[in-house]
Amino acid sequence: MKPRLVWRKTVNAVMLSLTAVCTVITVAALFVILGYLLYNGSKSLDWNFFVKLPLSPGELGGGMANAIVGSVQIVGLAALIGLPVGFLAGVYLSEFEDKAFASVVRYVADLLNGVPSIVVGIVAWALVVVPMRQFTALAGAIALAVMLIPIVTRQTEQFLREVPNSLREGALALGASKWRMIATVAVPAGSKGIVTGMILGVARIAGESAPLLFTSLGNQFWGGLTQPTAALPVMIYQRAMSPYDDWHRQAWAAGLVLIALVLIANVAARLVLARGVSVPRG
Amino acid sequence: MATPVAAQVTAVRSPSQTGDIIARLVTLVFAGCILLLAGLVVLELWQGSAPARSHLGWNFLVSSDWNPVTDQYGALPFLYGTVVTAFVALLISVPLGLGAAIFLSELAPAGISSGLTFLVELLAAVPSVIYGLMALFTIVPLMREYVGPFLNATLGFLPFFQGRSYGVGYLPAALVLSIMTFPFIISVSREALLAVPREQREASLALGATQWETTWKVVVPYAKLGILGSVFLGLARALGETMAVTMVIGNAADIHVSLLAPGATIAAVIANEFTEASGKIYSAALIELGLVLFCLTIVINGFARLMIVATTRKGSKRS
Repeated sequence: MKPRLVWRKTVNAVMLSLTAVCTVITVAALFVILGYLLYNGSKSLDWNFFVKLPLSPGELGGGMANAIVGSVQIVGLAALIGLPVGFLAGVYLSEFEDKAFASVVRYVADLLNGVPSIVVGIVAWALVVVPMRQFTALAGAIALAVMLIPIVTRQTEQFLREVPNSLREGALALGASKWRMIATVAVPAGSKGIVTGMILGVARIAGESAPLLFTSLGNQFWGGLTQPTAALPVMIYQRAMSPYDDWHRQAWAAGLVLIALVLIANVAARLVLARGVSVPRG
Repeated sequence: MATPVAAQVTAVRSPSQTGDIIARLVTLVFAGCILLLAGLVVLELWQGSAPARSHLGWNFLVSSDWNPVTDQYGALPFLYGTVVTAFVALLISVPLGLGAAIFLSELAPAGISSGLTFLVELLAAVPSVIYGLMALFTIVPLMREYVGPFLNATLGFLPFFQGRSYGVGYLPAALVLSIMTFPFIISVSREALLAVPREQREASLALGATQWETTWKVVVPYAKLGILGSVFLGLARALGETMAVTMVIGNAADIHVSLLAPGATIAAVIANEFTEASGKIYSAALIELGLVLFCLTIVINGFARLMIVATTRKGSKRS
């Protein structure tokens, strides 16, 4: 072979193997993170973590029962606000398209999606915390709902658009009115994708801490809708940044619980989708 | 794409047309909610930062003096920290991410490729506080004990790697950000590469180019807008990232050339100081920082979306 060809073949082999190395590195990052969390978290996780309140620094033991309940409250309320709003807005974008208005809404939803979570926190603080003169779980829930709405809107729209038009036309040809067609044909046909999008959206906001830092704040005790309330991600942040070893231990345990929830949600969403979108795509 | 079914149906009169009108109005109101929300975000940031804007003016953006005690607020250290960490993060994650995207789209069999892509996308689902937790207890001690001294000894002649490493600082923050940005770069670039028509590859291979030459000189240039879009998307994420950065950057309102020194980003200083901000101007200054961050990410996200839309359209048109 000519030296030039040898050189080209060497470059080919080297660069292609480098791309494989890049892939290995990136995928390995996930396993390193999971493995390390599992290692440290399982050492620290015990029953007390789920049922006991946090203790003051220096005392060994205690748990994060309040943060678990608080997270459920905040995320649950956020989902209660965000899912219906996002869903209906998504239905509008896909089914009642008024070209100009819909494309403005679509673009603005994408921009809202890109707003840094800490900025959402500031806005919720100004809208809820300042008028109520109190850090509350409600404020945290509103902050998370603001993040959830554009995610659910775009996902709902996307999956409704994958429903073939022939189904819609069939329903309309049979004499169904448009809203009956949407409620009984279009939405059920796209339901798997829509549910997937909702699960992923809720999983994403459940892990957010930045918007909660100055809305729901945190609490050593049980919170409530109109009180400062602890949430798992914020607790991880506070515990990890503290100087106490026992608190670090608890941060790892909380990290493991949080990542387990997020991964379960992601895999569950995959499974819902893998059962097949109930209509053939076309 | 749903072609306007509405247009074909409006002619048909049905008894439940009121139902249609109600359904339309209800969904329209909720779609309007999104515009309202976006309006509220802008309004609150603008109004909330008013005291700081009138008190400090444009000086806010160019002064590097951040001193709440004397009511002096200059955003420069945070702007600097935000830009530097994001830039260094992309220096690491763009080559890695592009390499992986090339592997996943050009080399790996379809089954393996989608499996690996799912794993990479799981990385994007990991909450940022978990990245912070990991980095605080792994990267930070490693930086302090090994990497810092090593960089001092080998690359210490460069101003970027001088001075003592405290563990926390710009470099560890950039490292975490690079891990957090590459899922975006990989999944969007991969899609841009997959949208390149097969004929392009075949023509190049038929002319005798090696597979790498085909990839690098034909496929990648064809998909370059989409790849650039993915980089901008990663950049927007890196700029706005809060928790992971706050936990490892050291939170010092200074400007250092050395990447080993502690600094702060816009998001980090807001996270750190907002609850303690006493005084009208102090919290207004932090809200103004939020406004600056908001504008930065909006502009960059806007660019990213335009580029991604441009390539996917181009690809699907010709394939």
